[in-house]
Amino acid sequence: MSRTSDNALKTESTRLLKDKVAKYGVTAGGIMVLCALLLIFFYLLYIVKPVFNAAEIEPITNIEKLTQTYASVAVEEQNEIAFALTEKGLIDFYALTGDKAGQLILSENIPETSEITAFDASAPQKGLYGYINDQSELLITKPDFRVTFPNDKRQLMPYMSYPFGESAIPLDTESLFTINSFSFATDEESIGLIHQHSDSKVFFTKLEGEEDMFTEEIEWTSSSTELTQVNGNILHTLVSPDLSRAFIITTNQLYVFNTRDSSDVSLLYNVNLIAKLNSNIKVTAANLLAGANSVIVGFSNGVLEQWFETNSDQGRDFVKVRQFELSGEAKGSAVQAIYPEFYRRTFLATTESGHINLFHTTSEAELWQGKLADGKIDSLAFSPRSNAVISIANDTLNISKVENEHPEVTWSGLWQEVWYEGYPEADYVWQSSSASDDFESKFSLVPISFGTLKAAMYAMLFAVPIGLSAAIYTAYFMAPNVRKFVKPTVEIMEALPTVILGFLAGLWLAPVIEEHLPGVVLLLILLPISILLTAFAWHNLPQKIKNAVPQGWDSIVLLPVVVIVSYVSFGLSPLVEEWLFDGNTRLYITNELGITFDQRNSLIVGIAMGFAVIPTIFSIAEDAVFSVPKTLSNGSLALGATQWQTLVKVVLLTASPGIFSAVMMGLGRAVGETMIVLMATGNTPIMDWSIFEGMRTLSANIAVEMPESEVGSSHYRILFLAAFVLFIFTFVVNTIAEFVRQRLREKYSSL
Amino acid sequence: MKLWFKSGSPWVWMTAGAVSVSLISVIGLLLLIASRGLSYFWPADIHQFDIVTQSGANKTIIGEIYEKEQVPTQQLVESGVLFKEAQGETVERFLIKTGNREYVDLDFQWLLTTYIKQESTPTGLAVFERSKNGNFYGYLDSIVQDGKVITDNKNELLIELIDRAVELNDKALDLQNGEIGAINYEFERLRLKQRKHELDGDLTDQIKLDITAQRDALQAEYLTYEKQLFEYRNLAKRDTVIVKDMRGELVTLPLNYILDVIFPNDMSTIEKVGQFGKQIGKFIVDDPREANTEGGVFPAIFGTVFMVMLMAVIVTPFGVIAAVYLHEYAGNGAITKIIRISVINLAGVPSIVYGVFGLGFFVYMFGGSIDQLFYPEALPGPTFGTPGMLWSALTLAILTLPVVIVSTEEGLSRIPGSLRQGSLALGATKAETLWRIVIPMASPAIMTGLILAVARAAGEVAPLMLVGVVKMAPTLPLDGNFPFVHLDRKFMHLGFHIYDVGFQSPNVEAARPLVYATSFLLVSVIVALNITAIGIRNHLREKYKALDH
Repeated sequence: MSRTSDNALKTESTRLLKDKVAKYGVTAGGIMVLCALLLIFFYLLYIVKPVFNAAEIEPITNIEKLTQTYASVAVEEQNEIAFALTEKGLIDFYALTGDKAGQLILSENIPETSEITAFDASAPQKGLYGYINDQSELLITKPDFRVTFPNDKRQLMPYMSYPFGESAIPLDTESLFTINSFSFATDEESIGLIHQHSDSKVFFTKLEGEEDMFTEEIEWTSSSTELTQVNGNILHTLVSPDLSRAFIITTNQLYVFNTRDSSDVSLLYNVNLIAKLNSNIKVTAANLLAGANSVIVGFSNGVLEQWFETNSDQGRDFVKVRQFELSGEAKGSAVQAIYPEFYRRTFLATTESGHINLFHTTSEAELWQGKLADGKIDSLAFSPRSNAVISIANDTLNISKVENEHPEVTWSGLWQEVWYEGYPEADYVWQSSSASDDFESKFSLVPISFGTLKAAMYAMLFAVPIGLSAAIYTAYFMAPNVRKFVKPTVEIMEALPTVILGFLAGLWLAPVIEEHLPGVVLLLILLPISILLTAFAWHNLPQKIKNAVPQGWDSIVLLPVVVIVSYVSFGLSPLVEEWLFDGNTRLYITNELGITFDQRNSLIVGIAMGFAVIPTIFSIAEDAVFSVPKTLSNGSLALGATQWQTLVKVVLLTASPGIFSAVMMGLGRAVGETMIVLMATGNTPIMDWSIFEGMRTLSANIAVEMPESEVGSSHYRILFLAAFVLFIFTFVVNTIAEFVRQRLREKYSSL
Repeated sequence: MKLWFKSGSPWVWMTAGAVSVSLISVIGLLLLIASRGLSYFWPADIHQFDIVTQSGANKTIIGEIYEKEQVPTQQLVESGVLFKEAQGETVERFLIKTGNREYVDLDFQWLLTTYIKQESTPTGLAVFERSKNGNFYGYLDSIVQDGKVITDNKNELLIELIDRAVELNDKALDLQNGEIGAINYEFERLRLKQRKHELDGDLTDQIKLDITAQRDALQAEYLTYEKQLFEYRNLAKRDTVIVKDMRGELVTLPLNYILDVIFPNDMSTIEKVGQFGKQIGKFIVDDPREANTEGGVFPAIFGTVFMVMLMAVIVTPFGVIAAVYLHEYAGNGAITKIIRISVINLAGVPSIVYGVFGLGFFVYMFGGSIDQLFYPEALPGPTFGTPGMLWSALTLAILTLPVVIVSTEEGLSRIPGSLRQGSLALGATKAETLWRIVIPMASPAIMTGLILAVARAAGEVAPLMLVGVVKMAPTLPLDGNFPFVHLDRKFMHLGFHIYDVGFQSPNVEAARPLVYATSFLLVSVIVALNITAIGIRNHLREKYKALDH
């Protein structure tokens, strides 16, 4: 063989190699499209999934053989230092991490006073502890931490602070008896207390501090009221952190006092917690939830009930909202104590045997149950970030890690009615954020999904008739030279940015329609009538004139008609308004008919979004009708059917799958559209089909709230869930539509 | 008649009516945007109204007529307006832009025509375009040039002096954005350099000294520039102009805030056309002022164009490869069907979902990792871990991928099979046929897809709101500081500009004409792109039809 052919062989092999490489490269590129779709799907799922994860509680460390009997325990924000307080005024700090882990690092006593008779801890987010001595004097202390950076390393130093002064504040009560127990709450300059004396009388006292101008000392004035209405054995007393409500719980009754005005303390509600008389069931524990709107009451049969005050048209009431039951081993045993979290509506219930149940009220979920240690739990507290619990049982201090990122979200909570605090009844509400930390987030996807469907429905109501009729005419009747002009126009309609449609809808169309509402109705009536009249007139025109206009130019003939009719309708609008609606339709609708009227309402969205959807429906439907084989329609025409009969009985029937997929694709577009609904509605998440009110859609909700949601929070993940719902919805709709279209195409090619 | 109904002809007319309605709505919408958008640039006549108010006081109002509308008389009577003479059903009222924002309560006011005693468009009325507080309307009284009061030949002198002040202001601005901006950028780089050495643990005293020396040098340089900047500003402040406003009071306006002056009532139509062109030019090349409600939209145009170009570079190869696969390599199997359904789905997924995906995946996950690996010195401040240009382009590239695929595939399918067979018969491999014959022939189709993708991306706003667009970007993504292209920066976008100014600005009434102008700009770009794409496609179809026979 010669060298040249040798070379040729070599190049042949490199060429073949290149061919192979190209083949695999291109195939990989093609498959990548599929991967992109899968990536979006799985990434959204990956972000959403943790929302539905179950809670975990897992013990980390123990500090054993405590020498004191502590009445209360807590941990600071970083879970580095724990502290425990005795009833007699001793506070011990234990390091939990670092070199000194497990050791006592500081032990301090409160300033010397006479014999302490009562001790109480405030709501956890305040971190205050109060002592009362036998002289009925109150001292409030707060264990606090200082951050220092010796040698560039962060170090926490515990110390005791006294936000209301280091000297005890005398309570000005008429009783000579000592105080046995009390509970308190504070705001900036006042303290509210319920205290029970050794003669079992109960008082509410409000201490108000005022700074003396000259000495800069705080002078305390105290006003006391005896709460004489309370009968029975007092089990628990609670004061709400804004000092407006005091709760007293006896073994079978709950008393709620209005304490907003300290000179006029009155009983607001007195409810029977035990429905059946003579039953063995007793109240065994009670506590306020974070936010202090709800009281959780625990019973001896293992049932817990949530009570709160509701505000409805019928006035205020204090009602039982929902109940929980201890489960697992603890089922049926008495609730020993209830511990709330700092900011969220999660709480923990313990039993005598040391069994723990973790619940969340809003989502009505039991999050976890089990045991951290053997024996009765003396004291327990959540860490401020709710990522740990600290407890004391059997002279052992235990720290456990809590993984409970999203207790407020459950699948049922997202889609069912939930009774939120302060609401008169269970409802679908979307209200994701508020200024306060202990806000109860209301994540119901129902109102925004409803809004999405409502917007899509109104858009389709507008777009389907126009889009389909236009497509049918264009494909079947229109003259080719007109068609050449119409099709690009519709394509340009499709290309118009939705932000411009939304802007025009919100700032131009909405005021115009508000002003000419009767004109719009008039147009809807007059337009079809005038088209028919034109058609009839055309039918009766002399043949000569008809011949001058080629066939299939009907829509061009109609252009001036539509323009004139619109102009006339809007021109007549003020007259009709004067005649039927007292000169102001908007006022008429709101006052006479009692319908809320928003300027940016569903009608506007329907028209604007309909405009955006028409081209989608048009181009697919037109394609389907146009590609019906001519043989079919020619056959029908040859058999004597009219054009219209052929269209309805033969062409449309054949093209119906294509028309169906056109409508589906239009629906997919309408559901996901963002900018138009964002700009053309008021974006209020209401649930009402009214055409004169707005809505909030999933997509607009994402656009509005995503930039301000915290990464990784429940809110963030629920917005991802909203995107996921949109993705799945459009995926299903588009897949069905495309599948139908592919089938149709195969059918045509076989014909 | 009955027969006529039976023939179905009325229904045919009804469907024809649907086409007419669609056509009219598209054309009407385009005309609406064009008329409103273009009238923004037209120097309107300035009217002077001598009015008698309800309380009998005489007043003068000077301004542009902004809007005219008919109000039902009854409604006015109910709201407390008294008419001396009987009126018809409705009364006309004008919305007048009076400007002079710092001297009147509202720079827009409604005026019932019944109050007007006399209306005129007097000559000599000047409109001052200012960099603060909007327009000022009034009669030119005198000019104070360098402390001297001048009343002769004042119009020509005023224009000359304004040009001088504008030039000085421009110099100051150039200095501030150019040299001083570069120094600030350098300062930040030095800080990051020091931090990087600190993190690496090799921050020696030598390096510290080095950095301090560089910093001092920069500081010295900065001081000289600063001095120059203040000098320019002081020079620009030299002259003032005294104007008599509609209250009849003399108001002193410093020239350094005045950008331009025109006397629209004195202009001939030709001059007005010239001014119209000049205004359009300024709108395109100027920076926005007064929280985007005045001035131009240059940064938004630049941001849109840059992002779209970056996106085009990313999307084209992927789109073309996928289309080639689907048309040339894929069989008729299940996988091909699934991929086709994926393409349709990618096209159908709502754009906001792409935004959410882009924010989570590109910005937080991908960008966050890049920051940890390559920019640890800037942490906790994010570099790529925050919405920006690159992520926007990537997100929109996925969004527009199906557009390119569908269009390219259509182009491929129109190339006659005989051409491929000819190439293969001559011994070329499939790859060679593709590369040498098919792709070059399909390149106009690829171009069409690309243009359509660009048009789509230019109008898309919802995903960009999450992945990189801001209402006001202090710097462009392209500047004179190394590495010149800053893909991590946030940018402005025409579509978002419309949303933001139209719906989020405090003075929507004042901003609305500007939004129409911006809309007109955006729509004309998108319509032009689409018409080009449609033109290329139709041309191609004709060409291949001819080839086929």
